[in-house]
Amino acid sequence: MDDAWDMAYSLFKVWLSIVVGLIVVPAMFGLSLGVTDVYMKILVKILEWATLRIQRGQRDQPSPTAQLPNGIIQRDDGSMAEEIGELRRNWPQSLTGGDFTLCDAFYFCRKGIETIVEDQVTQRFTSEELVSWNLLTRTNNNFCYISVRVTIIWGLGVFIRYCVLAPLRITLAVIGLSWLVIGTTLVGLLPNSKVKDWLSDLVHLTCYRICAKGLSAVIHYHNKQNKPKKGGICVANHTSPIDIVILANDGCYAMVGQVHGGLMGVIQRSMLRSCPHVWFERSEMKDRHAVAKRLRDHVADKTKLPILIFPEGTCINNTSVMMFKKGSFEIGGTIYPVAIKYDPQFGDAFWNSAKYNMVSYLLRMMTSWAIVCNVWYLPPMTREEGEDAVHFANRVKSAIARQGGLVDLSWDGGLKREKVKQTYKEEQQKMYSSTIVGPVSS
Amino acid sequence: MGSTASTLSKIPDVETLMQETGFTPAHMVRLYDRFKALDKERKGHLCPQDFGAIKELAENPIGDRIVGAFFSQGQETLDFHSFVRILAHFRPVDKDRPRDPNVPEPINSRSNKLKFAFQLYDQDKDGKISRAELLQVLRAMLEMQVTEEQLESIADRTIQEADLDRDEAISFDEFRKSLEKVNIDHKMSIRFLR
Repeated sequence: MDDAWDMAYSLFKVWLSIVVGLIVVPAMFGLSLGVTDVYMKILVKILEWATLRIQRGQRDQPSPTAQLPNGIIQRDDGSMAEEIGELRRNWPQSLTGGDFTLCDAFYFCRKGIETIVEDQVTQRFTSEELVSWNLLTRTNNNFCYISVRVTIIWGLGVFIRYCVLAPLRITLAVIGLSWLVIGTTLVGLLPNSKVKDWLSDLVHLTCYRICAKGLSAVIHYHNKQNKPKKGGICVANHTSPIDIVILANDGCYAMVGQVHGGLMGVIQRSMLRSCPHVWFERSEMKDRHAVAKRLRDHVADKTKLPILIFPEGTCINNTSVMMFKKGSFEIGGTIYPVAIKYDPQFGDAFWNSAKYNMVSYLLRMMTSWAIVCNVWYLPPMTREEGEDAVHFANRVKSAIARQGGLVDLSWDGGLKREKVKQTYKEEQQKMYSSTIVGPVSS
Repeated sequence: MGSTASTLSKIPDVETLMQETGFTPAHMVRLYDRFKALDKERKGHLCPQDFGAIKELAENPIGDRIVGAFFSQGQETLDFHSFVRILAHFRPVDKDRPRDPNVPEPINSRSNKLKFAFQLYDQDKDGKISRAELLQVLRAMLEMQVTEEQLESIADRTIQEADLDRDEAISFDEFRKSLEKVNIDHKMSIRFLR
């Protein structure tokens, strides 16, 4: 019995030293042994093969059921004025360019039915559907059984992901987080100085690099010359808590967030020891002015790290960018927009907080193939003379959406949980009335 | 591994439904998924509040009326069959349909589309759009943007143009006549992807 324990213990030591030696240490220096690259190449080849097999299988099978990958309806992109204009084109009586006709209701009727069949907002809070299956059970929507070989590859994939990769990744994550807590606490013991700042950056960077390895994250950074500088505000679209790891792999940021209890609280407190972050008590969050003041003070201090903020306020599924809350844009200072786009083929990074809690979400991340994403640093933007915060926020949002290839929506991400405000309906009524009685002077 | 065939088998009487409405199996699967997604509490049927969860419908000025059209017989629940039957009104018209007087008109015929639109106006279902009913629709579409007098004059003028038998109301035939030249087939159809 003792022998068994001894053997298990020594196996564990060997395992740990392999992990530390081959993965953790190179990661800390930003180097890589190239194993991940080889892994990715093999993975891409296998997925391509699987896709071809599935497509061939679908053609061969006399199945009448084809998939509709991109939704069920095609919408017209015409504006309200154009569509109603077309409706009225053949109206028998002459219209004096601003009258009601019985057929106007058809426009609203059709729009209403379209949204009942498929609406633009609800679909943003569930995972994106893939055009071709990526051999993960969780993304299997209506992909039918094709062949023995595909099933075998899928089975092999399950084994590799759950029994080989997942334990490795969990080990790395644990190492990374413990290093963060220990390292920052140690650095926090030093007196404030340039050395302390440098060490703090080092600890943060190495920890996040280890965590990134723990997710098999393959990140491509673009336009590094636009990287956020000290005293600025970094703004990005939000898909999951992993966004922080992705961004912090390439630079140091001051985090903003609510104070948590438990493990998160421990991490937050230790991070605070080595460099200033902005953690709010729950009660403070209600007071917008207090929040704005703290952020403004931080930004004004040019020696402090740039703040990282996600203005959407909630996780969206990375196909679109929703309304940016204006609070971050009222603080002043330079805004450094960043666009993050994940490649869903290798793993779905979206955190559906209604469906999964944090732990099951992280486990899902660690049992995906990999997390592949592109990060674009956009040129810094500042608020112009006479521009109001909402307009500025929309400007930044459009820039991010355009760079990331995401749909630019003006809906509020908070609609995940709340009802639509009456103002939206009034907007529609206003638009319609301007086609009837001419522009409304308000 | 799931398949469309297995989802189809979950829908009762799916063959008759497809024949009646003209939807393809792929459409039926999508619509069934949508029905289940809207039915958040897994009741097996929809109620008006489930439609309230659709954000873009809440901003539509006549959103409540459209939802009302689904629950037209005064019921409080909507099963999948009725859901699909109403949506079938918006399938594009089959231009090559033979005009056989013995075969009942398909749900998405021009006439049935017009009937659907008519009931959006005619809430008390007496076969006529009265002045009061017209005012209600106008108020829904315009609310605060125009004065009450403007609303009334618009309503009067509309009735005057369409009302041929001078009974101060618009019957279905008068409705149909005034919309003769409007391209209903196109404007009251949704492009379902094949």
